[in-house]
Amino acid sequence: MSTVSAASKQSGLDVLHSTEREVWGVLERVPDPEIPVLSVVDLGIIRHVRVAEGSVHVGVSPTYSGCPATEVIRSLIGHALRTAGFEPAQIEDVLSPPWSSDWISTEGHRKLKAFGIAPPEKTVSRVRHLFAAPRVACPRCDSTQTERISEFGSTPCKAHYRCLSCAEPFDHFKCI
Amino acid sequence: MSAAAPRSTMAALDAQRSRYVLRLADTSLILGQRLAEWVGHAPALEEDLGLANLSLDLIGQARLLLTYAGELEGSGRDEDQLAYFRDGPDFLNVALAEQPNGDFGRTIVRQCLLDAWQLELYSELQQSTDRRLAEIAAKALKETQYHFRYSASWLIRLGDGTEESHARVQSALDELWRFTNELFAPDALDDAMAAQGVAPRLPELRSRWLAHIEAVLREATLKRPMDVNYPWHGKRGQHSEHLGYVLAEMQFLQRTYPDSRW
Repeated sequence: MSTVSAASKQSGLDVLHSTEREVWGVLERVPDPEIPVLSVVDLGIIRHVRVAEGSVHVGVSPTYSGCPATEVIRSLIGHALRTAGFEPAQIEDVLSPPWSSDWISTEGHRKLKAFGIAPPEKTVSRVRHLFAAPRVACPRCDSTQTERISEFGSTPCKAHYRCLSCAEPFDHFKCI
Repeated sequence: MSAAAPRSTMAALDAQRSRYVLRLADTSLILGQRLAEWVGHAPALEEDLGLANLSLDLIGQARLLLTYAGELEGSGRDEDQLAYFRDGPDFLNVALAEQPNGDFGRTIVRQCLLDAWQLELYSELQQSTDRRLAEIAAKALKETQYHFRYSASWLIRLGDGTEESHARVQSALDELWRFTNELFAPDALDDAMAAQGVAPRLPELRSRWLAHIEAVLREATLKRPMDVNYPWHGKRGQHSEHLGYVLAEMQFLQRTYPDSRW
């Protein structure tokens, strides 16, 4: 088990970088509590990992201001880092620039679709088009004959859709 | 702000800014609390989810703002102390935010008027000389954009809907319009914030707000009410009779069992 203090006794940037890589490795195994197929890294909310003065600093962004999972995510990250021997670890809030669904990794898109959630398109919401709902492909049959049932779903980040081809309802991860 | 400013001046500036940030925070908090009253009562499940989502965003934004206001104030009050242990006159939300929900249409009218306002306000606050405020505004703006899309699309549907729905939202609009005066009427604090580049000049926001609202009203076949020059001063702590009931509901648990936690 590698620790920061052990790492800092060895010298050189390589050690520092390898510690950072190990931290990223730990974070890749921390699931999002509401969409557990995604890791916090897939979700794109990890903004930085730094090792400074014998301590690991992890910058985390909230997805939505009111997302109830934010505090659970922080405690899951803290727990994972402690378990992996990275102590002390500082979890820092990063608000700017605000998180975007564009930051979900390609791997994250694949995992969402396999889980039955249509991944977000690479577009940002516009104010102008009042009634325009984005065209979303069904994650099960890939048909684009779908319709939005509700812009708001079970979590702040999802909307309800229905596939008109295979008749299955599904969630869509919204673009923000 | 000069680095050489004496400590007492700095403290006074922070106190002033704290009060300004509280206005933004309280407007989001009280509006969020109002929307939360709909949970389990909305006309359809989809709207129940919609209103709850908006509420959650607004309360989340309020938490960021309250935390910052507490830090600026510098006397150790955190978001919870500010939300749960202040009395009515210490709340600085605009009076429109505290107006009762009424029916779904009335809630949508109130929401649309405030969403369009926050849309313009947060757009401008992104350029604030106060970096923290600019960051919070940038985050809040993303959410406000779909709040407005939600409330505006419903207002159009209801206004251009049945005779009954049209009449209801028109009467809500007539009733609530008088509270919009406060959104654009600056007082000494607003002017001081504008002079420091912290906040935009409120009267300058009005034409853009009106453009949003008039476009929606046109499509909704609703009539813009006459402007009433009645000065509400919610942001100075002078509220309508409705705020006390909102606070009673929101604060009773913490007042009864102080500092209790989940």
